[in-house]
Amino acid sequence: MSDMNSAAAARATLADRAACNPSFIEVKNVWQEYGDQVVLERLNLSVAEGEFCTLVGASGCGKSTFLRMLLGQERPSRGQILLDGQPLAHEPDASRGVVFQRYSVFPHLSVLNNVALGLELPRAPLLGRLFGGARREAREQARAILRKVGLGASLDKYPAQLSGGMQQRLAIAQALIMKPRVLLLDEPFGALDPGIRKDMHGLLLELWHETRLTVFMVTHDLSEGFTLGTRILVFDKPRHDPHAPGAFGARITYDIPLNEDRRAARAAVATLPAHLAGALNAAHQGA
Amino acid sequence: MRLINRRPGRAGWTMLVILPFALLLFAYLAGSASRLAENPNDKLLPSAAQMADAVERMAFTPDKRSGDYLLWQDTASSLKRLGMGLGIAALAGLCLGIAAGTLPLFGAPLSPLLTVLSMVPPLAILPILFIVFGLGELAKVMLIVIGVTPVLARDLEQQARQIPQELLIKAQTLGANTWTLILRVVLPQLLPRLLIALRLVLGSAWLFLIASEAIASTDGLGYRIFLVRRYLAMDVILPYVIWITFLAWTMDLGLRQLTRLCFPWYEGAKA
Repeated sequence: MSDMNSAAAARATLADRAACNPSFIEVKNVWQEYGDQVVLERLNLSVAEGEFCTLVGASGCGKSTFLRMLLGQERPSRGQILLDGQPLAHEPDASRGVVFQRYSVFPHLSVLNNVALGLELPRAPLLGRLFGGARREAREQARAILRKVGLGASLDKYPAQLSGGMQQRLAIAQALIMKPRVLLLDEPFGALDPGIRKDMHGLLLELWHETRLTVFMVTHDLSEGFTLGTRILVFDKPRHDPHAPGAFGARITYDIPLNEDRRAARAAVATLPAHLAGALNAAHQGA
Repeated sequence: MRLINRRPGRAGWTMLVILPFALLLFAYLAGSASRLAENPNDKLLPSAAQMADAVERMAFTPDKRSGDYLLWQDTASSLKRLGMGLGIAALAGLCLGIAAGTLPLFGAPLSPLLTVLSMVPPLAILPILFIVFGLGELAKVMLIVIGVTPVLARDLEQQARQIPQELLIKAQTLGANTWTLILRVVLPQLLPRLLIALRLVLGSAWLFLIASEAIASTDGLGYRIFLVRRYLAMDVILPYVIWITFLAWTMDLGLRQLTRLCFPWYEGAKA
């Protein structure tokens, strides 16, 4: 009886995780204030694992501040953020990958080394470098992921020799090699041409399908927010005091689920056994 | 056409580069010739032949007293002091600059201290160095180190601050700790900047070297110049000055080539 119970419980947790644990990231009454100026107020949010959240809103309304708090670069002045039930570390770490609009890649490293760096740093706390077989293996892994994002032909180039779109591909590959559970994107395609941006959308969705990534993406392009996300969060200031512009902060005024079909398809894939899911992913890649 | 839009062609450019040097040389030779015509024993503006004689004597004839070739021996001891001084200063400046520029806890006490220290005129504390370190090699090397280090450290601190915050955060999301972040992200980005800063302080390093050699030494380029001054030996002083200038220029060029060679990414990344 107890066996059946525990089995059922195990199944329940599995199903739970497969259907995306509803509180993978939990934002509890978070405020951010700089002196007198309130940037964000009373944010409450619960995000399931595997969700693709796009953050939109007017400039200066705290989207990027919110992203920096998720990254651990800033600490909320009130409230707390839980990641998988644990309070978020107050400094950036390997559990959360990030891609910025600019300055995301290291100018002094070749494309290959930019990605291999992510494999070397955690394993070599003293020298930050791997040698011999470990180094070869790291570079092989880096090469594989670079081929996937379409940089297989530019492994030995420096970032300055790449176009803006290629640099962002590199930045994404660099973030993904860490296999983070959360990927934070701060207007990653803001500086790219429309055509290139469309390619990048395709790449990002493909990578999102293959991994169990939870994505937060700040964008000022509404249509980008709607096409990519499975959930769009609109930041806005509901209250405004003309005599004290800093008195009230922004909140999430709309929280709309999107692209249900894609979310469902991904959740379904996640419930399949690993070997099947892998085959499906390969098929998806081929398509 | 407006002056601002006029550019010399390739040949014109070479001509314009050579022109001021040629003018300078011509003015000197003309002046020297007219003075020597008036008084063949004039020592102030020696002729090219007299200087060639002096070079022959200093560089290619062993000294009667010691049997050394003086110019080469002077050059070797001066370069040794300069190299040691610049090497130590570069290392110290790099460490201080990185510590002050990347770690706020170190920057808070170091940054104001470096600013104040860089205002101390190094030549003013030369007597102190001679008292503390004696009249030997150490005092001369220390003068270069003390004169150059704060400048290098402040420059590198500024450069370290200018590394975009995004890169430091990115490195942390890639699993770097403070030490590996400095080792693999900050240090390699500052090394080309260190070479550039070294080029800029080369002039003051030579100044400190010659000053300390002039005051207390038994060999070295600065020592020789100040020694032969007693005999108004302009025929020795002028070639020595030209030689020193040439050495400094070569070092500058060498550092520039080294930057290009070792850090090919640097030129592109600045844009």
